[in-house]
Amino acid sequence: MRRLRVLCRRLFSLLRGEELDRSLDDELDFHLQMEIANNIRLGMNPPEARSAALRRFGGVTQIKEIYRETRGLPVMETLWQDLRFGWRTLRRNPAFSIVAMICLTLGIGANAAVFSWMEGILLRPFPLVTHQERLMAVAGFNRGAPGHTAVSWPDFQDLKKNCTLCDAFIVDRITGTTLSIGERAERSPASVVSANYFDALGVRPILGRGFQPDEDFGRNAHPVTVISYQMWQERFHGDPAIIGKTQMLNGMPHTIVGVAPAGFHGTFVGWAMQFWVPVSMQEMFDPGGYKLEDRGAQWIEGFVRLKPGVAPQQAQAEISAIAQRLEASYPATNRGRGIRLYPLWQTPFNNAGTLLPTLGIMLFVAVFVLVIACANVSNLLLVKAIGRRHEMTVRLAIGSGRLRLVRQLLTEGLILSALSAAGGFALAYWCRNLFVFLLPPRGGVAMFLPGDIDWRVLALSAGVCLISTLLFALAPAMQASQIDLASAMKAESAGVVGGGRRKLVRPVLVMVQVALSFVLLVGAGLLIESLRAIQNTSPGFSTSGVLATSIDFTAAGYKEPRVKVFEDELIYRLQRLAGVESAAFARVSPFTNRTYSSAPIAVEGYVTPPDQQLTADYNEVGPGYLATMGIPLLSGREFTRADNETAPAAAVINDFMATLYWRGKDPVGQRFQVKGRGVQVIGVAKISKYRNLTEAPRPFFYIPMRQSAMGPNLQVRTSLGPETIAKELVREIHSLDPNLAPGEVITMQEQVDRTTAVQRAAVAMLAVFGGLALVLASIGLYGVMSNTVSQSTRELGLRMALGAETSDLLGRVMSQGLALTGCGIVLGMAAALASTRLITGLLYQVSPRDPLPFAIASASLVIASSAACFIPAWRAARTDPVRALRDC
Amino acid sequence: MANDKSDVLHGSLALMVLRTLDTLGPQHGWGIARRIEQISGDALELNQGTLYPALLRLEQMGWITSKWGASENNRRAKFYEITRAGKKQLAAEAKNWERIADILDRFLRPSRESV
Repeated sequence: MRRLRVLCRRLFSLLRGEELDRSLDDELDFHLQMEIANNIRLGMNPPEARSAALRRFGGVTQIKEIYRETRGLPVMETLWQDLRFGWRTLRRNPAFSIVAMICLTLGIGANAAVFSWMEGILLRPFPLVTHQERLMAVAGFNRGAPGHTAVSWPDFQDLKKNCTLCDAFIVDRITGTTLSIGERAERSPASVVSANYFDALGVRPILGRGFQPDEDFGRNAHPVTVISYQMWQERFHGDPAIIGKTQMLNGMPHTIVGVAPAGFHGTFVGWAMQFWVPVSMQEMFDPGGYKLEDRGAQWIEGFVRLKPGVAPQQAQAEISAIAQRLEASYPATNRGRGIRLYPLWQTPFNNAGTLLPTLGIMLFVAVFVLVIACANVSNLLLVKAIGRRHEMTVRLAIGSGRLRLVRQLLTEGLILSALSAAGGFALAYWCRNLFVFLLPPRGGVAMFLPGDIDWRVLALSAGVCLISTLLFALAPAMQASQIDLASAMKAESAGVVGGGRRKLVRPVLVMVQVALSFVLLVGAGLLIESLRAIQNTSPGFSTSGVLATSIDFTAAGYKEPRVKVFEDELIYRLQRLAGVESAAFARVSPFTNRTYSSAPIAVEGYVTPPDQQLTADYNEVGPGYLATMGIPLLSGREFTRADNETAPAAAVINDFMATLYWRGKDPVGQRFQVKGRGVQVIGVAKISKYRNLTEAPRPFFYIPMRQSAMGPNLQVRTSLGPETIAKELVREIHSLDPNLAPGEVITMQEQVDRTTAVQRAAVAMLAVFGGLALVLASIGLYGVMSNTVSQSTRELGLRMALGAETSDLLGRVMSQGLALTGCGIVLGMAAALASTRLITGLLYQVSPRDPLPFAIASASLVIASSAACFIPAWRAARTDPVRALRDC
Repeated sequence: MANDKSDVLHGSLALMVLRTLDTLGPQHGWGIARRIEQISGDALELNQGTLYPALLRLEQMGWITSKWGASENNRRAKFYEITRAGKKQLAAEAKNWERIADILDRFLRPSRESV
């Protein structure tokens, strides 16, 4: 408390320096006058009295100095001096300052941008939501099976009832609808949420209300919706009397009860939600029927909020215990099932989990680029320090402390990095919404992945700025202050190529740069190879000649029987079109973000471990789906129109499932259980990829749509292009029903490519930054070599005069530069071998120690550094011996 | 600077200043210096100047306040006055000082028991 008060007074007195100085003069003057008067009274003559008074007082100037130091903050005052002096120095060398600042701005800006993305996408992804640090994502899992599942509503209710460590359970199931029908249907993302959604998140609607507790219950009983600010503005033109009006959503009029505040986009990383409906409306928005009373129907994704002070592990322990009790009470649906909590940044069901590795790499790369930039600036400063040796020598000679010099140089560095940090923030601000461009729209909806620049990002970036100042300015400062006065006062000693231990710092910096560039290049190379491997992987179905689109029947209010009639009619019409070979609907189109159905299965003769439950994903498909997709049939037959509601339940399984559960026996004609219902295997299809190219082989089967649920996704096998088919489709669909329109029509290739967007983004990032690093490292090398050459002109001239050939000198300089590169490459190789393991998760069929990227990285560094060394070497070789010897 | 030499002195100087102001009431720098010299006689070798940084430190701590006023010979002088916090500090410091003096006393004078 006292300390603070003293500090305040000292700070305050900084502002009134001159006034306080006068006041002190007056006070001391008064003291001396009194003392002199007293001495005269004691009988001294005036001069004698005066000198006695001064003697008694001690040195007036020293006292004043001590007084001033006590009064103000000497640190601040010298800092101010250093800042002014540093600013002048930087202004005197604009070229140096600008180059240094560009390097640092790139480094700091890249870091700030990545921080802002991490903050906005991973750490605090939901604007306006309070206490995000206590939110955790909740999802289910099947023991023994990888990945996560959704949670059923009854399970979720039981968790909520029995959990004492969490104060809110929030359902948030992504859905969507088609609001505008034109030539192409535009989808709007939306969420099915629990009634406590807005209250629990601390988001207050700006008009109307959030949901009320009873709106969780009753099948389709509460057709109400809260709309987003954006939808209110764009669709309803900010109508102030919007509350109470109705909006058709999925064929049912919904009453608008609230408008969410501007800037609230829901709680799903990747999309900006347009409206929210309560859980009771699940059946209208989530395909697959009414699920609120079905413990086996897993459809809920959501969040819990921990009570203050509760550790995630405690909450997980409690929730696991509850899940175990549920397993015991409801073995039919819950055997082998658990519930897991995830921190927001690892949320498995939205884009946080998908983007985590990419952002991790980006952070890594940004730090690398920063270090390389720092090394470069450090090099520049060292070059500049040579020019300032005279200044430093003089300052040391007239009594400046070495520490004081270091401080001065560090302050100059601080000015550089502070200015660059400002530039970096501007860069990050400009880039904050750039992340989304690395990823294509999915399902025709643009993704929403804003960065967020808040005080945490600013503080972290400021920290980075300080650390980088130390990184780049400390070495030059230390070196500059270690001038040997005696030798420096003599004439500048002439340099020798490769001589002098003092000059070790710069080559080391160049080596570090080369090494870091090497690591980045190897990383980029590995990812490129992996991407190539991914793209060479066959998905197991035709990617060319097959187009995919979807029709939003739900939004138009279609019920199942009407969908059946419509689809039959449309397929019939499409197959009559010239150029169309076949067409088929399916519930899920592969490689989209729609989720496959998953069901517990039982195969006769296959024994399941006691605490596990066999489950398999399946797809509901129409007649001729496999032929349309070009998935080969290995035995049996595929579905025809005869496999309808009245026919016996049939399934086509993939060969992986056949070998896994039937072990060599021909499964065609055999039966297995799906959710307790018997199904007959009528065919075996070759395994294909279902979600993405890198997934592991999995058991999978198909069942006829007509025996389960109808699907909206249309596949067309045709030689025509997407635009032509889109036009034909619109015509055919409109002639059947003008209220329907197809969504985006894309080739299957495009659909597959979209799943590799994350890998491609990572490759692009690494390639760009790897290239940047290469350029920076080359500049650094060029700087060191050309400086060495210009400092050793006399030596070179001497060698020339003694008969050295041009090629000797050229070779001498080149080999020295390449030796540096070589050391850097060796260092980098060690670092890369140790660190590429970290990206194993992003690599596909490529070893993190694959020799090819290592070779390519070495080659490109050797080439780049040869180019960087050649100019100085050429200059060295053209040294004119006469001039060189005369000038020195 | 020369702090290590005068550190002990600083502590006791502050105590002397506070005590002086407590006894005499508001006083200017010269007055304080004279008083300290009078009390300590010639035993204390003190440059009068060192008093001023000490006064500043006491003021920064909030134990004394200062005000410009007229001196006894009608000149403009800066007067220092002890604050309530200063009195509290004086009491605490004095007690502390006595305790230390007591301990040192016991150390330096051989005790009867040990003889």
